[in-house]
Amino acid sequence: MANITFNSTLLIYLIATLGYTIYLVDRKPIVKSISFFSLGLGLLSHTITICLRSMETGHGPYTTGFEITLFFAWVIVVIFFITEWKYKIKDLGAFVIPVVFIILLYSAFQSREHSLIDESSTMFWLTIHRTLSIIGYAAFAIAFGAAVMYLIQENQVKNKKLGVMYFRMPSLEVLDNLNYKVIALGFPLFTLGFMTGSIWNIKTDESLFSWDIMRTWPLIAVWMIYCGIFFGRLLVGWRGKKAAQGAILGFVAIIFSYFFHVV
Amino acid sequence: MAEVNLILVGVNHKTTPVEIREKLAFTKGKIEQSVDHLFNFPDIIEHTILSTCNRVEIYARANCQDSAIKSIKQFICDFHELSPVELEDHFYSYRNKEAVEHLFRVSSSLDSMILGEAQILGQVKEAYSLARDLRSTGLVLNQLFEKAFSIAKKVREETGIAERSVSISSAAVELAQKIFDDLENRTVMLVGTGEMAELAAKHLISYGVKTIYVTSRTYDRAVNLARTLNGSALDFETFKNELHRADIVITSTSAPNFIIKKEMVEKAIHERKNKPIFFIDIAVPRDIEPDVNDLENIYLYDIDDLQVVVSANMKEREKEAENAMNFISQEVTKFNNWVGTLDAVPTIVEIRKKAENIRMQEIEKTLKKISHLSEDDKKLLRQMSSSMVNKILHKPTIKLKQKTQSEDGHVYLKAIRHLFHLDD
Repeated sequence: MANITFNSTLLIYLIATLGYTIYLVDRKPIVKSISFFSLGLGLLSHTITICLRSMETGHGPYTTGFEITLFFAWVIVVIFFITEWKYKIKDLGAFVIPVVFIILLYSAFQSREHSLIDESSTMFWLTIHRTLSIIGYAAFAIAFGAAVMYLIQENQVKNKKLGVMYFRMPSLEVLDNLNYKVIALGFPLFTLGFMTGSIWNIKTDESLFSWDIMRTWPLIAVWMIYCGIFFGRLLVGWRGKKAAQGAILGFVAIIFSYFFHVV
Repeated sequence: MAEVNLILVGVNHKTTPVEIREKLAFTKGKIEQSVDHLFNFPDIIEHTILSTCNRVEIYARANCQDSAIKSIKQFICDFHELSPVELEDHFYSYRNKEAVEHLFRVSSSLDSMILGEAQILGQVKEAYSLARDLRSTGLVLNQLFEKAFSIAKKVREETGIAERSVSISSAAVELAQKIFDDLENRTVMLVGTGEMAELAAKHLISYGVKTIYVTSRTYDRAVNLARTLNGSALDFETFKNELHRADIVITSTSAPNFIIKKEMVEKAIHERKNKPIFFIDIAVPRDIEPDVNDLENIYLYDIDDLQVVVSANMKEREKEAENAMNFISQEVTKFNNWVGTLDAVPTIVEIRKKAENIRMQEIEKTLKKISHLSEDDKKLLRQMSSSMVNKILHKPTIKLKQKTQSEDGHVYLKAIRHLFHLDD
C-alpha cells in the first residue's frame, strides 16, 4: 500500500514540477491552478505514505536512507506551502519543487528494507536529532531556490538584459529577504540537530571520540558555511549576491554530506 | 422583420490630425445636446458617443446602415459647423462585425497611440455611462459595451499588453521596484535639477518615496526644486559625503566630466553595509563613471540603457497585442451569434402568437359543438391543445435559435417567415 501511494506521490510531483516550470514561460492561470492543486494532492499522498511507512516500521521515518529522504522531501513541501502562503513569491515553485521531485526520485531507488538495528533505547535522541536537522535542511532547500532566483534576477538587472523572467520574478529585495529568513530559521534548528546528534552518538557509543570522522566532517563543513552566511550578514552585511552564492554552496555541501553521513 | 444593424462612424489619431480632432470633440454638455439631434434621424435606434483626445466615435444601432452612416456624418459636420467635404477623407465607418471588433479593440487599448495604455478603458466606460443616463442606449448597445469592458479586463489580465513600461521614467520606477520592491520610505537623491530628473522624482514620489535630497551647482535651484518636491537641499560641494544615505540617485547635471566616481560609490556602499543603490544617469554627457556598475549591489542605468529597455518593452507589447487580437476575434464571433438570436426572437414570438390564435379559435369552436362536457373536461381539452402546440413548436424554436447563429442564419429566418406567412 505504501508503495502505491509512494509511486502516485512521485507521479503527482512530476506533474507539479512540469506545471511550475511551464508556468514560467506560459502564463495561463489554468497551468498555475493545476500545479498548485497537484502539489497539494501530492503532499496529501506523501503524508499518507509516511504514515503507512511509520505504521509498518513502528517508528518515525528517521532510520533508513529511504525514510530520511522521504521525510526530507515532505518537510520541503510543507515549508514551501508556508512560504507561499506568507510571502506569495511567484515562481518559487519552479525552483523548489523540481528539487523535491529529484530527492523523491532518488529515494525511489533506495532499499525499502526496515532498519535492522534496534535503536529503541536511543530512539528519543535520534528522533529529535533527525527531525530538527531535516527541518533545517528543508529550510536551506527553500533558501537554495530563492538564491537561484536571486542570481537570475540580479544578472538581468545588472547586465540590463530584461527578459521575460525579469518581469515575472519578484524583486531582489524580496528574494534576498526570503533567503535571510529561511536561513535564520534553518540555522538554529540545524545547530540544535547537530548537538542532539552528538548526544545520541554518546548515548549509543558512550564516547564522544568514537565519532566516525568521515561521517562527521562534512556536517561540520555544512554548519560552518551556514554559520558564515548567517553571521556574515549580521556582522559585515554580506547580502545580495554573496548571500545567494553562499546559500547555493551550502545546499550543494548538504547533498555531498548526505552521502557521507547517512548512506 | 427587424434585423440588428450595428454601425460606427468616427475619426481617430491615425486618420485625422489633431487640429481637426479638437474641432470635433464632444464635451459632456455637447453630448447631452446631441441626444435629441441623433434621435431625430429615424434610422437611429440606439447610440453612444465616445470622445477622447485621440478619437471621436459614434456607435449606433440602426434600421438601415447606409442611411444611418450618412446621417451620422451629416450630424457631426452640422453640429460642429464644418463642411462635409473637408471631413470626408478623415471619417471611417464600420458595420456589424467590424464595428463590434473595433470597439473591443479600442476598449482593450489595442487601437491606442500607446499600445496598452490604461486611460482609454475608463474613457469608454464614462462615455457609456453617460449614454445610459441619457437613455440613448438599449438592449444591443448595452450588451455590446458591457462585453467590451469584460474583454478589456481579460486582455489586461491575461496578456502582457500593459505589463511593461513604455516611458523612460516609468521604466526607471519599474527597475527601482525590481531592486527594492516597496519604494515606500526609500530615499532619493537628485544631483542636478534637469526636467527629466524632476519628472522621474515625481513619479517615484507617487510610488511612496518619502525622503528627497536635491543638490545642484547652483544652490538656489536646488532649494527651489527641493521645495517643489517637499525635500531638502544639499550643498554641491559636500553631497558626495551624503551619498550613502540614498537608495536611488538620479543625476542630470550639465557637467562635462564624470562627477560621481567609482571610489566615491565604493565608500558609500561600504557605509551602507552593502545595501543596494540604484543610479539613474540621465545626463548627456554622462555624470557617473560607467565602472560603477561593476560594484556589487550597485545598479547603474544611463539614458541609453533606459531607452533600450523602453523600446524592447514596446516590441513586447506589440507581440502581446497579437495574442489579444486572437482572443478578441473569438469574442466578436460570440457577440455576433448573440445578435443573431435577437433576429430570431421576434420571429419566434410571431409564430407562437399565430399558433396560439389558431388553437384558441379551433378549441373554442369545437367545445361549443360538444355540449355535454363538464367544466373540468373542457379544461382538460384546452390544456391538451396547448401542450400539443408547445410540443410541435418546441424543436423548431430551438433549431431556429441555433441556425440564426450560423452564417446562413438569415436564409432560415426568411424561409420560416415565408412558410408561416408571417410577412403577409
